[in-house]
Amino acid sequence: MERPELFYAGAAMIYLTRRVEFSASHYYHNPQWTAVENQRVFGNCDNPHGHGHNYVLEVTVAGSINPATGMLGDSKELKARLEQEVLQVLDHKSLNHEVAAFAAKIPTSENIAMEIWKLLASKLTFGSLHQIRLYETPDLFVDYFGE
Amino acid sequence: MMVYLTRRYRFSAGHRLHNEALSAEENRRVYGKCNNPNGHGHNYVLEVTVAGPVDPSTGMVCDLTLLDGTVEREVLEPFDHKNLNLDVENFHQRVPTTENLSVEIFDLLRKRLEDSGKGP
Repeated sequence: MERPELFYAGAAMIYLTRRVEFSASHYYHNPQWTAVENQRVFGNCDNPHGHGHNYVLEVTVAGSINPATGMLGDSKELKARLEQEVLQVLDHKSLNHEVAAFAAKIPTSENIAMEIWKLLASKLTFGSLHQIRLYETPDLFVDYFGE
Repeated sequence: MMVYLTRRYRFSAGHRLHNEALSAEENRRVYGKCNNPNGHGHNYVLEVTVAGPVDPSTGMVCDLTLLDGTVEREVLEPFDHKNLNLDVENFHQRVPTTENLSVEIFDLLRKRLEDSGKGP
């Protein structure tokens, strides 16, 4: 008897999402503006002492199923890449002071999501990066698709 | 470089699903217990997504104060703790289903955000 196919394999696209959390502090300030302007635009986010969030990051990788495993790839690998490329850079850091990318760029959720894409996209060991979703609070999040 | 920003809001409202053009029996068949003449209510969760490039001077897609203020004025004030059929003019002649509510909110917000010139 012919051996049944164990997994759906081939060209079908599968999206795998991994969720991790990190905590970091930041503040919003544009040095080209007056104190009054900064206060007007950024409100209490302009406090130079900073404040923090428990960010929730959802990373989605797209690809096709490996017929040998039935999986897109090794999700432990993805977790390890996230740990090494993203969490080590951002977790328990003061984003404005300790992350080079934010020395001259305001660490808003929009800019953090784009930075995470940059850190991660070329480091994946399987699939291709499809989406970065970053929750600043449960009621506020951004999505970035790399374009 | 397009970023999508989503903000979640909540409101509670009452409604009744009923189409004047249908018979009482048809209304009951189509809308089931949502056709109860005395109405019923929900805790609605509204997610509003705005898309655009990131403004380099603010690092943001859209002025959040503007978005919050617009949603508060255009949606939450007229809808929250209201009877949608009786208290919201656009639903006097239109069934306040979630579908119609979504379209109504989209139109209200898009117009205001575009008019402000500061939106996404």
